[in-house]
Amino acid sequence: MLGENRITLKHGAGGTAMVELIEDVFAASYGDLNAPRDDSARVDVSGPLAFTTDSFVVDPIFFPGGDIGRLAVAGTVNDLLATGAKPIALSASFIIEEGFPVNDLITIARSMEETAQEANVQIVTGDTKVVARGSADKVFISTSGIGVILRNGISGAAAKPGDVIILTGSIGDHGAAVMLAREKLLDAETVKSDTAPLTDIVLNLIEAGCEIHSMRDPTRGGIGAALNEIAKQSDVGMVLDERAIAVKPPVAAACEALGIDPLYVANEGKMIIIVSAADAERSLDIIKRQRYGYDASIVGRITSNHPGQVRIKTSIGTTRIVPPPSGELLPRIC
Amino acid sequence: MRLSDEFRDESLVQQVASRLRTYEGISATIMEVCGTHTMSAARFGISSLLPDGITLISGPGCPVCVTDQRDIDAFLAIGQSADIILCTFGDMVRVPGSYTSLEKLRAEGADVRVVYSPTDAVNIAVGNPSKKVTFFGVGFETTAPATAVAIRTAREADLHNFYVYSCHKTMPPALRALLASGETAVSGLLLPGHVSTIIGTRAYEFIPQEFGMPCAVAGFEPLDMLLGIEAILSQIVEENPRVENTYRRAVKEQPNEHARELIEDVFVAADCAWRGIGVIPGSGLEIAPKYWAFDAKKRFSELVGSANPVSNSSCRCGDVLRGAIRPNECALFGRACTPLTPVGPCMVSSEGACAAAYKYGGPPTKNAR
Repeated sequence: MLGENRITLKHGAGGTAMVELIEDVFAASYGDLNAPRDDSARVDVSGPLAFTTDSFVVDPIFFPGGDIGRLAVAGTVNDLLATGAKPIALSASFIIEEGFPVNDLITIARSMEETAQEANVQIVTGDTKVVARGSADKVFISTSGIGVILRNGISGAAAKPGDVIILTGSIGDHGAAVMLAREKLLDAETVKSDTAPLTDIVLNLIEAGCEIHSMRDPTRGGIGAALNEIAKQSDVGMVLDERAIAVKPPVAAACEALGIDPLYVANEGKMIIIVSAADAERSLDIIKRQRYGYDASIVGRITSNHPGQVRIKTSIGTTRIVPPPSGELLPRIC
Repeated sequence: MRLSDEFRDESLVQQVASRLRTYEGISATIMEVCGTHTMSAARFGISSLLPDGITLISGPGCPVCVTDQRDIDAFLAIGQSADIILCTFGDMVRVPGSYTSLEKLRAEGADVRVVYSPTDAVNIAVGNPSKKVTFFGVGFETTAPATAVAIRTAREADLHNFYVYSCHKTMPPALRALLASGETAVSGLLLPGHVSTIIGTRAYEFIPQEFGMPCAVAGFEPLDMLLGIEAILSQIVEENPRVENTYRRAVKEQPNEHARELIEDVFVAADCAWRGIGVIPGSGLEIAPKYWAFDAKKRFSELVGSANPVSNSSCRCGDVLRGAIRPNECALFGRACTPLTPVGPCMVSSEGACAAAYKYGGPPTKNAR
């Protein structure tokens, strides 16, 4: 019944309308129905914790290959994984614009639950605020997450010369899908976002004892930004092989049409994993066996030359620098 | 994208590169006229495939970059009109005017919209009948026909709230002015592939005939560019300058008749100011009298006339656009002027020589040859 309605300011006012919304939408989708309704959730863990937070304001909120809810869970899960942590629990805070359809909220909450199950993590606490029409755009979600660190020392500062750079799949899918959906360009449906939690990939690598030095979730700024960050943090150089970096043909076409470089386009279901050379092939085998890792490949190596700088061997055999991105992605005009 | 893969094939590229090495010992500066060539050369490290004496330099082929400061200021001034929606291609949003930019106007509350085609701006006018929608028409022969279609569509739809500020320009008069000035010491011109699909190769005959200058029309993939450069080098060695078409899959000798008809119907040639070059006779496309109802320069003549441009004297975009200097020879490059804090348009546009040089870290290393 609630589903036919739209969110109004009363749903954020702390009264029965809000309780009804929380029970019917959030608790019904991903809550533990038996958990006490207290001000905080109780989580039992032991060992060092990883703790991260992220906000999601994607427009459009539903896009080919995902939605803002899946993104909000996968994004925070992947950030935890990148530090070598097993994700345990998430919080989810919603800022909802007055007039937002309750049905869309239910769809988003269910998508969050599906993604959380896939990632083997629980959403244990949350918050809901409703703001007047125009004070927010449809819905914004913040998620925070805690995880137990399974392997110490995994850091962007720990890449070493000789290490191998593995990328778990093709680049640019998410950014291209959202840009095309937003601008209604080309045949938007041909490009799907890669939004996904990468729990299986990372936990299996750790369990197998692969010597992982650095991991990063290359979201905004793409692998171009993420690799430059690691090169600077670890004070090492990198040499990439452009031909080993997979770009799906419709993504490549979209990037050509918009005049942007897929190296700088966002991913939401990929991990950069830097491992010791000795463990490279074994790690790649493990990654390729996972649902979201079938397309993984070795895309480059760490070198002691040109510390702080990322270079790429292009598809035509030349070498150029891959600088950190500097600003807004703008479409070209001719 | 299958169509472009073979033009990025390493073995084919290396074959042409090895042929180019036979020109070792020749000293030649080749101007890539088009901004897309500039970006492609930087992205693929084309200059690292050339013999040491052969260098590339950028020319006036980035439409955003050559737009005169007065035109940018005038368009920004139109933004002061009540009930206005300014429509522009994305590259123009961050180009600084003398006092503000579209980006700043938007942050202050102006309705500034990025469009991908001039027809999108017409649709915005249809959807906002109480607003005056003004499109910033920037671009060469490739973009002008699309603006012409938009203006004709607006007339057919009997729209009274759609205007175009035309800064459209044509390439041959600019090349003539550049060569006639004698300032730019180039030995050959790599001619713009996109523009040539519209105007045909015949439009360039004056380059070898009047100036004895070798030239070749080239596409934008690495192999295309190398074949164009090879054609120019062979003309230099044979002392036989001519217009060579190395982009035959897209470019013909004759112009595209449909596009030419559109341009001739909607625009008239006029003298036009180019940043860095000055006024070039007959190089601009102004809206023809029968379409003056859609001409923003007429509709907002007072605001347009109020533009009072002040140039930043240390910005050397003008010199870059004439091929007189390379981006890193400007004192502001990479210091005061970066893509985040651009001083001149060449650092903003995705086709700008300074943006390309900054983005790809200057000339690539030669060690991968």
